[in-house]
Amino acid sequence: MQNSLTNRRNFIKKMAAAAAMTAAATMFPGIIFASEQEANLPKGGNLDWKKGPCRFCGVGCGILVGVDQGKAVAVKGDPNSSVNKGLLCVKGYHQIMCTQAKDRLTHALVKKNGKYVQTPINEALDIVANKMKETIEKHGKDSVAMYTSGQSTIPEGYVASKLMKGAIGTNNLDCNARLCMASAVAGFLTSFGADEPMGCYDDIDHADYFITWGNNMAEMHPVLFSRMLEQKNRRGAKIIDFATRTTRSSTASNKSILFEPQTDLAVANAICYEIINNGWVNKSFVENHVNFNKGLTNMGYGLEDKFKFKDKPTKIDFEAYKKFLEDYTPEKVAKYSKVSVKDIKYLAAIYGDPNKKVVSYWCMGMNQHTRGTWMNNLVYNIHLLTGKISQPGNGPFSLTGQPSACGTAREVGTFTHKLPKGVVMNEKHRRLAAKIWKVPYERIPSKPTYHATEMFRAVDRGDIKFIWTQVTNPLVSLPKTGRYRPAMEKESCFVVVSDVFPTPTSDVADVILPASWHIEKSGLYGNSERRTQHWDKMVEGPGETTPDAWMTIEIAKRMGYGDLFPYSEENHVEEIYNEYRQFHEGAKHGMAPLEVLKKESGAIWPYVNGKSTQWRFNAKYDPACSNDKDFHFYGKPDGKAVIWQRPYEPAPEVPDAEYPFWLNTGRVIEHWHTGSMTRRIPVLHKAMPEAYVEFHPDDANSLGIRNGEKIKVSSRRGSCVLPASINQRGLPTKGQVFVPFFDENMLINDVTLDAFCPISKEPDYKKCAVKVEKA
Amino acid sequence: MPIKSYLAHPQEGKKEALMEALSKIDHCDVIPAENKELLIVVTDTESKTDDEKVKESIEAIKYLKLLALVSGFNTPKNN
Repeated sequence: MQNSLTNRRNFIKKMAAAAAMTAAATMFPGIIFASEQEANLPKGGNLDWKKGPCRFCGVGCGILVGVDQGKAVAVKGDPNSSVNKGLLCVKGYHQIMCTQAKDRLTHALVKKNGKYVQTPINEALDIVANKMKETIEKHGKDSVAMYTSGQSTIPEGYVASKLMKGAIGTNNLDCNARLCMASAVAGFLTSFGADEPMGCYDDIDHADYFITWGNNMAEMHPVLFSRMLEQKNRRGAKIIDFATRTTRSSTASNKSILFEPQTDLAVANAICYEIINNGWVNKSFVENHVNFNKGLTNMGYGLEDKFKFKDKPTKIDFEAYKKFLEDYTPEKVAKYSKVSVKDIKYLAAIYGDPNKKVVSYWCMGMNQHTRGTWMNNLVYNIHLLTGKISQPGNGPFSLTGQPSACGTAREVGTFTHKLPKGVVMNEKHRRLAAKIWKVPYERIPSKPTYHATEMFRAVDRGDIKFIWTQVTNPLVSLPKTGRYRPAMEKESCFVVVSDVFPTPTSDVADVILPASWHIEKSGLYGNSERRTQHWDKMVEGPGETTPDAWMTIEIAKRMGYGDLFPYSEENHVEEIYNEYRQFHEGAKHGMAPLEVLKKESGAIWPYVNGKSTQWRFNAKYDPACSNDKDFHFYGKPDGKAVIWQRPYEPAPEVPDAEYPFWLNTGRVIEHWHTGSMTRRIPVLHKAMPEAYVEFHPDDANSLGIRNGEKIKVSSRRGSCVLPASINQRGLPTKGQVFVPFFDENMLINDVTLDAFCPISKEPDYKKCAVKVEKA
Repeated sequence: MPIKSYLAHPQEGKKEALMEALSKIDHCDVIPAENKELLIVVTDTESKTDDEKVKESIEAIKYLKLLALVSGFNTPKNN
């Protein structure tokens, strides 16, 4: 008895210490408490430290997991990883604790007469394969779909693509990276003809200025922000936060500039106007390496089902572009952006100073935008006009939110239009895929089908009759979930959900498949800086949990495609990666051999002659440059990047008399995305147990709202009740409310709008109109 | 029987000195951050009076700039 009481007291002390560590982490991103980590290790234990990437965000921190007698007991930052240099954030430090959750999915569950029945995994896989086959036979191959993830490993994404596009012959494969990174992809492809950032995290060690566009790195990318703060303190580098809400990043920055939602488009153009007007254009760079284009305008917002849009690029010249920018003088833009003329000129002067190195960082603020592709283009314009690109400390850098949004979703290509190399629309790319996959070329369809939002609309319409989701929780993360939850509950669609924990998505499944968690399987992720990282299985998963890749292979075999999936259960990760590498052979995208990845804490592609390429398109660093010039944007046929003429256009829904507030949604440091993992980590859950609605104090005062009071947030689509938060974590501008989306008990995405960028098809979670009232 | 945790911010350059001073106080555990000027302090006392005394002792340390309470638990006496 005494022993158990002592244990309880010790446990409470540990909880108190952990709460303090969590609080410290929110104030000092990247803070480490090594002595506490060591104190928690089993005494006399013989820990085996195994390396891998962190399970959570796209930064891709290297971790070392301490394994004792088959159990993961500790996590620490990998000091050999150049990404995090031994640092970890509060989520990374506590990640393995989620595996101890009592409600872990350990066995397959099949819905029978309205109730879930535990079913042997082989039987459940038979049911899934038979249902998929039967649906194809009855309704055609485009009646089945897979929806995967930027958290899927490279092998998981690869076999999903091979099954859907190569074996079955449908492009009904999309992933949740559509909700976070698609605008970055479309931006890179339209401006450079090649996806993913040209620079790397070492830019942080060289830049004089970091300009963050609509992102809160202190909470979302804390380890990178910590590296930036270190440069700020050590050598006076400056951080400028440009956002619609005051956050922990704003307060840690040298300067915070706030803008009216959607007007970032106009401010970016105003910066370009100033650069040209003041003679700050890097003329030789522009003459040698840049073309000018304009595209279609008034594109719409994708609010209607089966929305279609195709941009039509037209070449223009520098003079036409200069003329276009006359609508964006700082004086004109200041009137509607709420950014002062002085601040616009200040930003332009930073970019325009030839003696200052500047990195622009962004994430969801620019990507989750109904003009997300344009916004990405506009920031590239700034860097291209000034020639501040593809050099240490100079460049535009889109950050990712998921650990393999780059490695899997973008590089393997788990979007409807993508193939492991290139796009389905391109015959050469289809022929290459068919050759490596050993399938008839004609089997791979040449037309993309459903992007994420449209895929779930098709489920609602009854066009998709079978859907399999892996490693994602769309009924919390999609916009306008009020439409898509009932859609997934319809009998017209058979729903299979593979996951580690029960979620609101698995709640509507006909079959739930129990997935292995991160370290219970081998895998590879690719992070934001083009770094591919491998890890070996570290511990056994419980019950009949199975790696997602292996479940896909088992389904493929059961459907009669066994000859295309000749992988072994023991070595499938290695076998699949070696097959996949063939797609990217060559100097432009060569992937490191697995032996290298097993030894090192990742390698950056293009990996050429045993070396990572840190800065692409710069002949000094990139062996793929072949035009005998200092820069070569080889993604484009003529080797030149594109400056795009893109105007300001308003958001599809703006506050009005009935719905007078902007709603902005996002994340918090304690929780990762829909919270299915972090809400099962007691320390993190305790630190942030529920979502909230954040008010500007003036708005709260005028409405008589007090902290903690229950507030109903309603839009034209739905409503959500949350406690009010005033002067706590963040500070929205007047006329705006902010709600984090991690809480499945307070589904703010019932309220959001499913408008998207017509080019990238990425939804905008940052802007819609709502009203607020006491609940 | 209160258990509390605090963030203790040292005066500039006095992290080590603050840690040493805190280590001498009974019922007080200290966890230093490895890479920042910050310490975590966990106090574990028998009564509310003792808790207040420990807090006063901590606040009297001249190397302390700021002490911020993060969490407080109160367990029954027989625990």
